[in-house]
Amino acid sequence: MNPTLAAIFAPGLFTSSPVQIAALVCAIVAVVAGAVGMFTVIRGQSFAGEALGDIGTTGGAAAYLIAAGPLWGFGAIAVAGAAAMELIGIQRPRGRDVATGIVLGAGLGVAALLLYIDTVQDSTTGATFTIVFGSPFTITSSAIPLVIVLSVISLGIIVLLFRPLLLSSISPELAASRGIPVRLLGAGYLLALALTVALAAFTIGTILSTALLVGPAATALRLTRSPAKAVFAAALIGIATTWLGIVMAYDSYDWPPHGQGWPVSFFVVTLIFLAYLFAGLPNWRRHRATATPTDAATRA
Amino acid sequence: MFTGFMVNAWTVGSIVSIVAGLVGFFVVLRGSAFVAHAIPNGSLAGAAGASLIGVNTILGFGVFALFGALGIGVLSRRGRHDVATALALVVMLGLGALFVDLSVEYTPEIYSLLFGEILGISNNQLTTTVALALVCVIAIIVLYRPLMLSSLLPDVAAAHGISTNRINLAFLAVVALATTMTVPVVGTLLIFALMIGPPAAARSFTDRPIHAMVLSVVIALVVVWSAIALSYQTNYPVGFYVGTISAAAYAFARGWAAWARHATIRGGSDPQPAQVAGSAG
Repeated sequence: MNPTLAAIFAPGLFTSSPVQIAALVCAIVAVVAGAVGMFTVIRGQSFAGEALGDIGTTGGAAAYLIAAGPLWGFGAIAVAGAAAMELIGIQRPRGRDVATGIVLGAGLGVAALLLYIDTVQDSTTGATFTIVFGSPFTITSSAIPLVIVLSVISLGIIVLLFRPLLLSSISPELAASRGIPVRLLGAGYLLALALTVALAAFTIGTILSTALLVGPAATALRLTRSPAKAVFAAALIGIATTWLGIVMAYDSYDWPPHGQGWPVSFFVVTLIFLAYLFAGLPNWRRHRATATPTDAATRA
Repeated sequence: MFTGFMVNAWTVGSIVSIVAGLVGFFVVLRGSAFVAHAIPNGSLAGAAGASLIGVNTILGFGVFALFGALGIGVLSRRGRHDVATALALVVMLGLGALFVDLSVEYTPEIYSLLFGEILGISNNQLTTTVALALVCVIAIIVLYRPLMLSSLLPDVAAAHGISTNRINLAFLAVVALATTMTVPVVGTLLIFALMIGPPAAARSFTDRPIHAMVLSVVIALVVVWSAIALSYQTNYPVGFYVGTISAAAYAFARGWAAWARHATIRGGSDPQPAQVAGSAG
């Protein structure tokens, strides 16, 4: 390998098994999050995505208590939370915000209790820390089959509902007038969102879960107006940023202050944010040149 | 239960409820629940950064809260509001993960900042909290009219020469201030639950803004007082009780509104309550 490449890709990067697992899981999550995320951005439900990831940690804490598989805990609570949001009325534009907020507040309250009990039982704060910050380098290969199953389910829901869901997300009135069951589609989407977020929050942590759900999709929607292209672009941006982040985190093991590596989430989030800002640049220039108001529905 | 360190808990709990009830009314009115979640949570990163470089954690928290609020305000001019909020939140949390990673001693503090330690407040903290609370309440009183106008009738506000952007930034700064004042004593979770549950419940009961604000403060006080009492009795965290009782208050209010609407439809008299229920969300 030539010296420049060797400096970027530190020795052992391609043979390290945690790195390989992290790269694989991040790619899977990026694809699913890109597809679901495009609808999340169009429907303006980023908050629901963030909230479901946060209360998924409640499930994680509960699973930790009864020593069940944490991914089951994340999944069960996220789906239950999505159902509660649906009941309170997340599909009404005015109720969306409050529905999400109430469920998040209650979910976090229960999380406080469960983490408290965890802490009292173990007299450590390790559980809090792992559950709140999570890292792709801590996934074990035994979790991969379940990760793939969940991904296939949520991706399947999105592929199956793609066209009617798109119409009912952009123009609910038009969709309803064509006899599309808007409410039912919204519920189906919410289920896919809950599964995706549970999967992402469990495998790569809540920070990256929200970042991958919203960032790449919003960036892609700034680059292209075609929904199908946007899904592909979002998946690619997600994969590129997470892989680059993993490489940088691997390299950072030699960095100051104490040579234990910088967190992957920091690198990935920074890259995603920069991508979003750069994608907005051409649009910003055009805005300044012509000062025409863009259609609010296509702005992301 | 009403002596020693508990006196401070009751006092701070009451002050926090008043501020959360007032600020929360506008949070719910403007549909800013995501911001009310993002600013306290993202600002934890500031606390982590401050402890890394050896500065007062509250100062770091406040700086991040303010910059986070302004960042959300600026980013959402050129994009969707919820996307801007989500990205600002994850960038702050990403920095937080970095700071926590670089410093070794911070970990145990996360739990207390997330879930608060209202039962262990010093007299010193009490003074700071009271001062910041006064600033918050005064800011809300000063901003009341333009904030109401720009929240409900943005066009009319613009015609009166009120800049929506500037009001939005001012409001975000108030949320940041309220957050900084409350999180060190009650935790991010508690303040979020208090800024959403009681105001949303109050709006299910009445449509009139002043009534709703007063009711929102009253519900917040009841929630916090019962949470402190229950926490004292059972030893479980205050945040658990605040989170669940707030949600229960909202559920009760929605149920009451639905029942009132049902009753008036059957009675066939005043159609007003139907509107009240319609604005519940």
